[in-house]
Amino acid sequence: MLLNQFLLLAGALFCIGVYGVIVRRNGVMVLMSIEMILNAVNINLVAFGAFNGTPIGSVFALFVIAVAAAEVGIGLAIVLLIYRNKKSIDFSEVDTLKG
Amino acid sequence: MSLSSLLLFAAETGPALPGYTFGGPWILRNAWLLPFIPAMSFLVILFFGKRLPYKGAEIGIASVAAVLALAIISNFAWFDHRDHYEAAEAEDAIGALLNEAESGAALQVLVVDGTAEEIRLATEEPAAGELFAAAEGGDDGHSSEIHPSTAVRAEATWFQSGGKEFKVGTLIDGQAVMMLFVVSFISLLVHVYSTDYVAGDRRYTHYYAFLSLFTASMLLLVISASTIQFITAWELVGVCSFALIGHWWEEKPNSDAALKAFLTNRVGDIGLLVGMIILFFAAGQTFDIVKINTMALNGEIGHNTLLVASLCLMGAVMSKSGQFVLHTWLPDAMAGPTPVSALIHAATMVVAGVYMIARLYGVFYEGLSIKDSSVNPLALVGMITLVFAGLLAFVQDDIKKVLAYSTVSQLGYMVMALGVGAWTAALFHLFTHAFFKAGLFLGAGSVAHSVHSFDMKKDMGGMRKFMPTTYKTFVICTLALVGIFPFAGFWSKDEILVGTGGWGLFGGTGGNGSYTLMLIGGILGASLTGAYMTRVIYLTFFGEFRHVAHDDHGAHDSHDAHDHLPHESGPRITIPLILLSGFALLAGLVNLPPGFITGNLESWQERFLHFYEPVSAAYFPSVAHGTPSYSLAVFSSAIGIAGVAMAYFYYFVLVDRKAKQLGESLTELPNGPTTKVGFLRAGHTLLVEKYYLDHLYTDFIAAGTKGPIARAVYWVNQNVLDATIDAVGRTSVKTGTAVYTHFDQKVVDGAVNVTGLVSSETGGELRKLQTGKIQQYAAYLFAGATVLAGVLIFVI
Repeated sequence: MLLNQFLLLAGALFCIGVYGVIVRRNGVMVLMSIEMILNAVNINLVAFGAFNGTPIGSVFALFVIAVAAAEVGIGLAIVLLIYRNKKSIDFSEVDTLKG
Repeated sequence: MSLSSLLLFAAETGPALPGYTFGGPWILRNAWLLPFIPAMSFLVILFFGKRLPYKGAEIGIASVAAVLALAIISNFAWFDHRDHYEAAEAEDAIGALLNEAESGAALQVLVVDGTAEEIRLATEEPAAGELFAAAEGGDDGHSSEIHPSTAVRAEATWFQSGGKEFKVGTLIDGQAVMMLFVVSFISLLVHVYSTDYVAGDRRYTHYYAFLSLFTASMLLLVISASTIQFITAWELVGVCSFALIGHWWEEKPNSDAALKAFLTNRVGDIGLLVGMIILFFAAGQTFDIVKINTMALNGEIGHNTLLVASLCLMGAVMSKSGQFVLHTWLPDAMAGPTPVSALIHAATMVVAGVYMIARLYGVFYEGLSIKDSSVNPLALVGMITLVFAGLLAFVQDDIKKVLAYSTVSQLGYMVMALGVGAWTAALFHLFTHAFFKAGLFLGAGSVAHSVHSFDMKKDMGGMRKFMPTTYKTFVICTLALVGIFPFAGFWSKDEILVGTGGWGLFGGTGGNGSYTLMLIGGILGASLTGAYMTRVIYLTFFGEFRHVAHDDHGAHDSHDAHDHLPHESGPRITIPLILLSGFALLAGLVNLPPGFITGNLESWQERFLHFYEPVSAAYFPSVAHGTPSYSLAVFSSAIGIAGVAMAYFYYFVLVDRKAKQLGESLTELPNGPTTKVGFLRAGHTLLVEKYYLDHLYTDFIAAGTKGPIARAVYWVNQNVLDATIDAVGRTSVKTGTAVYTHFDQKVVDGAVNVTGLVSSETGGELRKLQTGKIQQYAAYLFAGATVLAGVLIFVI
């Protein structure tokens, strides 16, 4: 089994995720991009676990998925509240913390 | 076994035992309780006294009664301990000594003459059998001959400073338990007496609080084991004296008297401090009284050091115990309430100086070379005091002032006795004097309470008809003071005279030297005492009542407005008087001279000496005891009675007859000798002016120094100090200005401004980063993460 392909896939997913987080203005899309980053990490964990012949990587991946579910729940709630206040989910308009 | 041989050894070679133990009866080891109880009482009265039904008096009386009970128990515990302290306890003490000897710890502190080796020998091989038997045999008969006195000590660390421990502790031996009894007994009677005497006073509670504090401080002084503790207690009694003399401070003379007492005492306190500091360093930096005495007696402190130290301490004695030239505060101290005069200025506080000499007797004994001498400063001061104060007592019209000078005179006896080496006689006189002088003062207070005045010539006379109990008790106490057989004062005064020793005429040999001058002074003083006390008795209790009902009777005596004739005081005043006169009658019997009685009662003689003198203790010199002499006793009594007789003839015969002729009450002969004969008049004036000592102090010393000193100080102030200050001021202003313009404005302010500017600019730039846009933050985050990753990969 070649580890490279999994790592390349994970790296590509990570970069796409980072790009989405930084560039997309739609809040929901940003959340989805974060999910992509997390899943890139999951692929890495499972790949290294399988490569080393231990189940630890898969167990960690399961934890990450659970935490990601919670994170998305909170993130969507925040987005919902922003929508209620601003009638928009454009993150570029949310800059009340401007220094 | 080993102990007996050791005791014998001690008896033969002088003091060899340390003379103290940390064992002994519980009550003696815990003597701190005695001052603690009235100290607590002081606080309780001060804080809660006014809310109590009897305004705090009940707390004071209860606490002093408890202390008296403890003091009596202590005395009996001491009697038992004095005679029976040996066996296991003593063995333990010696074992501890030997342990210390082996570990090389400072043995010199504890054992005299470097006898560690000898003690070890004595304990290891219990001497020869016959010696042992002799010791045992001796114990049966006159145990006082060889049984050493062993003081009971307890100590605790007060504080530590510079690695040095300052200890406080209790040192209980004969003189301490004796004083515990005297102080608590007189204090209790004065507490009871005062409930009547100062009833309704505006500072009644305050008065009782200070009586309690005084009792506590005096008890603390008595049981002190270290000089620093002693000084503390000494100053505390001084403060109480100040507060109580000035109890009625609204009147200027009273607060003046309090100040005078305090300031005069401060003069002596300088001597106390200097003396104690000298002893501290001379004895290897210790405050331990026992150690100081032991070292002084062993010759481990140089003679000159001891001489200077004891002269300094004598200054303290002269002020506190009212010795001549510093005695002037004591008569003025009569401004305080009469019970206070009885307690503080006659019976207890003023003997603190005497007690101090007795406590540090090793220092005085060596320093002043009391042994085998014929004059020394201590004896001389005592003798001068007793004669000069006795003379002053003749010209006083105030009954309390007569008694005050009498107190000064009797204190002179005690100091003189200590000066001639008659230690036991001095303390015995202290003991008896406390009772009869307190009785006299309380009696005078009883009379004054009735006529609202202390002036014998104006407001008294014929009081025996109105106040029979006061009269009788006063006469008994007077007889004791004059020293008429068999009243208390006779025994103690005679013992002092015997202690002067060496006047072949009376066969009174065997003292510590031949103090002939002191013997003459003492006998002369006895006749003076007799004469002035007879005068007091006549002026107060005989003749016609001279008091004219004044119109200025204030609210304070409205209770007897319906009755202008004086009347006997209530039971709270008379019962203490009766008790004290009982003691004045009987207290002398505790130290009957040897050879006075024979047969079964022989063991009753010299009980005071036996129980209270620290025989064979290392901290106490082995003083010799004079042999009493009948001829001396008869002669001195005769001289005393001659004094009484002369005064009696003058007052009871001459003045009385003249008064009957003229039909009025007289206090002096109209054309008495002092008005006719020139030198007598001069002498009278000298006495009335109190030897001009007060003039010397206030007009000459104080005024003479304060004028020139004030002028000199003013000149120095104007020309030296002011000039310096001006120069300093001007320089400061100039320097300040220069600093301001050049340094502060340019350098400091510049630096501050630059710092502010830099911060402001940096902040202005940095705030542009804070856009509030989440995605920009995320970009920073990832950029940072990338940099970190780069560092991790390429650098590390």
